[in-house]
Amino acid sequence: MSVLGTRVVRTEDRKLITSGGNYLDDLREPALTGAAHAMFVRSPIAHARITGIDLSAAREAPGVLGVFALGDLDLPRPDAVVSEPLLAGGVVRYVGEPVVLVLTEQRYQLADAAELVDIDYDPLTPVIEFDDALSGDTLLFPESGSNIVFTHGPEFDDAAFANCEVVVNRTIVNQRVAPAPLEVRGAAGGWGEDGRLTMWVSSQNAQLARGAIAAGLGVDEALVRVIVPDVGGGFGAKIAADPEVIVLSWAARRIGRAVRWTETRSENLVSMTHGRAQRQVITIGGRRDGTVEAFRLDVLQDAGAYQRLGASLMPTLTVLMASGVYRIPVVQAAARAVLTNKTPIAAYRGAGRPEATAAIERAMDLFAAEIGMDPAQVRRINFIRPDEFPFTTPTGASYDTGEYAAALDKVLDAGGYADLRAEQARRRAAGDPVALGLGVASYVEITGAAPPGESGRVTINPDGSVTAHTGSSPHGQGLATTLIMLLSDRLGIPMDRISVRHGDTDEIPVAIGTFGSRSLQVGGSALRQAADRVIEQARELAADLLEAASADVELNLDQGVWQVRGAPSAGGVSWARVRERAGDAGLDADVFYADNQPTFPFGSHLAVVEVDTETGKAVLRRIIAADDAGPVLNPLTFRGQRHGGLGQGVAQALLEVMNYDADGNPTTGNLADYSFITATDLPDFELVDLSTPTTRNTLGVKGIGEAATIGSTPAVQNAVVDALAHLGVRHIDMPTTPMRVWQALNEARSA
Amino acid sequence: MKITIEVNGEPRTDEIEDRMLLVHHLRDTLGLTATNIGCDTTSCGACTVLLDGESVKSCTVLAAQADGHRVTTVEGLAEDGELHPVQRAFREEHGLQCGFCTPGMIMATVSLLAENPRPTRQEVREALEGNLCRCTGYHNIVSAVIAASGQEVER
Amino acid sequence: MIPAGFSYHRASTLDEALALLTEHGDEAKLLAGGHSLLPLMKLRLSTPEVVIDLGPLDELRYVRFSNGLVSIGALSRYHDLQHDPVLRENAPLIAHAAGQIGDPQVRHRGTIGGSLAHADPAADLPAAVLAGDGELVVRGPSGTRTVPAAEFFLGPFTTSLEPDELLTEIRVPARPATGWGFEKFTRRAIDWAIVGVAAVGQSVALINMGGTPLRAHAVESALASGASIAEAAGLAAENTNPADEPHASPGYRKHLARVLTARALTAATS
Repeated sequence: MSVLGTRVVRTEDRKLITSGGNYLDDLREPALTGAAHAMFVRSPIAHARITGIDLSAAREAPGVLGVFALGDLDLPRPDAVVSEPLLAGGVVRYVGEPVVLVLTEQRYQLADAAELVDIDYDPLTPVIEFDDALSGDTLLFPESGSNIVFTHGPEFDDAAFANCEVVVNRTIVNQRVAPAPLEVRGAAGGWGEDGRLTMWVSSQNAQLARGAIAAGLGVDEALVRVIVPDVGGGFGAKIAADPEVIVLSWAARRIGRAVRWTETRSENLVSMTHGRAQRQVITIGGRRDGTVEAFRLDVLQDAGAYQRLGASLMPTLTVLMASGVYRIPVVQAAARAVLTNKTPIAAYRGAGRPEATAAIERAMDLFAAEIGMDPAQVRRINFIRPDEFPFTTPTGASYDTGEYAAALDKVLDAGGYADLRAEQARRRAAGDPVALGLGVASYVEITGAAPPGESGRVTINPDGSVTAHTGSSPHGQGLATTLIMLLSDRLGIPMDRISVRHGDTDEIPVAIGTFGSRSLQVGGSALRQAADRVIEQARELAADLLEAASADVELNLDQGVWQVRGAPSAGGVSWARVRERAGDAGLDADVFYADNQPTFPFGSHLAVVEVDTETGKAVLRRIIAADDAGPVLNPLTFRGQRHGGLGQGVAQALLEVMNYDADGNPTTGNLADYSFITATDLPDFELVDLSTPTTRNTLGVKGIGEAATIGSTPAVQNAVVDALAHLGVRHIDMPTTPMRVWQALNEARSA
Repeated sequence: MKITIEVNGEPRTDEIEDRMLLVHHLRDTLGLTATNIGCDTTSCGACTVLLDGESVKSCTVLAAQADGHRVTTVEGLAEDGELHPVQRAFREEHGLQCGFCTPGMIMATVSLLAENPRPTRQEVREALEGNLCRCTGYHNIVSAVIAASGQEVER
Repeated sequence: MIPAGFSYHRASTLDEALALLTEHGDEAKLLAGGHSLLPLMKLRLSTPEVVIDLGPLDELRYVRFSNGLVSIGALSRYHDLQHDPVLRENAPLIAHAAGQIGDPQVRHRGTIGGSLAHADPAADLPAAVLAGDGELVVRGPSGTRTVPAAEFFLGPFTTSLEPDELLTEIRVPARPATGWGFEKFTRRAIDWAIVGVAAVGQSVALINMGGTPLRAHAVESALASGASIAEAAGLAAENTNPADEPHASPGYRKHLARVLTARALTAATS
């Protein structure tokens, strides 16, 4: 009986529920004994010239080991006009930008010393709104001539819409949010006697972090070792290593002592990269019978103050996935990214795809409202059909497999859609001030995309146990358990004799890491490939031991022994024995698997909300979700990923936004003010299952990590609008705060 | 100043700065690093421990205030290597992913069940509204608490 | 995250607390539950040189009922008030309001005295005590005085307490047979009220509609002259000055005040 597909409790948990995980601030490594504590002094103003930095008082404070500004860093400086300094130089460009590094003996001396750092700021006009950025009246980088740092996609042509019976056009906002993992950023490390740097970094990929640090320091990667400890969540915002880590690495060399840094939550909310932040103009055209003929998505991406992943990768993915699950003959999608005096934007669970889905799903509902058709029905009419796969969209995405109508039908059935519509009608007829809203969203997203490949190594130990090394870097997903299940299933070795190692560049020099929902499909396929190579080596060795032809030797998976086919009673040889036979050559395989292609998980969500039309407050009562990522290896962790995705997706629709005032000051810059979703804001989740495999990787699976986030945000937004449709409301931007609902109702009433 | 706190059943006497927060005292002075710090506005609950048997956010208690009192952290729950029912339930129900909020969740749960031994799912949600989680969407955490209370979890 | 340095003193009796206050004056802050003071100190928005811990003063933790008056010791915790049977019977609005504050961990620490002395315009208990026609008992070096709640709150985070005074008791008339209502409007359950309404009988107090809790006098007068709940509630925003925030404009807050007043009064009369 294979363990695959069965519910297996996680191997990771014992430690986490007793002594606790070993997160960055928990590290008590010998190399960190006596490490200096570090803190960054950050800009309190969105845009200003630094006219003076006086570090003298700070340097005299108790316990201070060093106070450094950009001028102290003898490190390579980027020479591009638009570039991000390691510490702010002459100009600060966002509230939260690091300006000075303070190092003290003790943790409790840091803030006292930091308060004494004296920086003079001469305010510059802050660029906050999209239109300010576009106008170019104030440039973040005057020599660049523009705040536009990226353009992508074709010119638009209106001809396609000219012949549509119905055209709906709207400008909508996919708002800026904070990833806010429970563990903030941190790094710790120092230089050894051997001249090598060892840095522990709370990151999603040790190898990318190593690359960033080495490049930032101008040293060979061989001189840098990065170790990733337990990580308390990343969600895309801990990919590689932020500039602070490079500065810390330099500082450790400068003061000749290890350093350790953990930011505060208030710092984290304004200086860890944010997610989303697009303004979108959507245009949808079609016929009154529900057929969509043309869709245009014009994206304006807020990149923030510097070019991180948000400046190009996010809007590129949005453009790629613009047409969603629909067969639309003409799709026009393009993007521009602009700099603003706000925190830089990078990946956040979904990374560009939630933005695409929210746009097309809003457009489908606007179209449905315009032609007076049920939104589920409009979707059905336009779905790509199962027999049309593989399907290449006009934007160039090649979808592998999908059962879009089946997913939608399943959730509507599970949710009791007809009954819900009847209840909605009853409340409307009765004038019930508590309105019922039903929101549908159907989505497809891209996982396991570039860069391709992942490393994997399987080693049979002398005692017959297994040590696997993966280039993947799980930080809560439960991947280690699933990889152990995979290997146990493939090698016939019990799970408790298999361990998985990850996150140390000395042990795993080449790897890509965990982001974009790639780890099981690519990292898992890599380990599968490595296991198969080990099996082939073992077969030869076993044949030798059994004095049989290798073609006659088989691995008995139930017993975990090698035996002659058809003659089990003749005895078998254990893995330990086979390993012994291998001698000094060992029994292992080390691969870089790159045979995968991007995969496209999909699904449908149905959200049921109640809106108090007197106060405007919207409450999510139910969410029914179908998320199809192919065969499920561990239903426990698979569901867990969907739950977590639902939580964050609902949060964006109803609650969360990183808000800035007109001067560029964040008004939601701490965890009391930022509306992080809580247990009482969410109902129990209702999950519906379907499983459509793919041929795009060895395991035949797609990625589930971000899918539910992508589907739930538009489902909930659509539900809130749907609740108020009978009162004339057509759209409400996210988050659908009570005040926004109230304003929408007022506007509809006066229209 | 000198303080003595009974921590996980053992008296611990230490010399500390007056301003030392209980959470830092537990983590840095006493080496009990399971209790985590997730925010600086008393919002997230990752630092939840029991003070005289009741849940508190240890980031908003001075170590000095705990002088002469009893503190229990998650490291003090298992007895002779046997997991506490709440710990067992969190694992069984997949009520944790990255694990960072988990020690706080577990201690908040122990306190909740001491005050309300058989809560409904809604009561659990309300009791845990001071404990934030980014990974799980809370559903399995609620299930873990229900399971720990000895009630049936509808899967 | 880490407060500025201070010197910690622990009072083991009320007299000792007063002596310490007198000695240190406005360099000192009183520490009760610490869930108003410590968050400010951790952000260094408050940097007292001296902190006086009232933790040991069990003599200030009680709920008593006699002669038609409910007396609440200032160091009573929200958790205790939420569950106290005498309070629930005789001043149910206050017991209920205490149970709506923050989350269970906060309620295990925060005290009614701390909340009233801190006087955050968005806090729940000041309005509940105001609606209940409460009186506050204040002890200082020169003795004890009693302040009506209506005269206690002077402005945001400002009360009529002198630097050398301490709140010892809160008294409200027992009204076990009087209907009450409490409407706290938030986006998330753990948030401070965007707007709140506390009602006991025909007394109505508003949360976060100005620099202090406010009695809705126009509403009360209208009710007294026989207006319906709907008519009276329509006056809830009179003489209020709510703050302007990104997702809570003054206009929206005034609208909420009217809606929530109607709901609180409806609950109070049902």
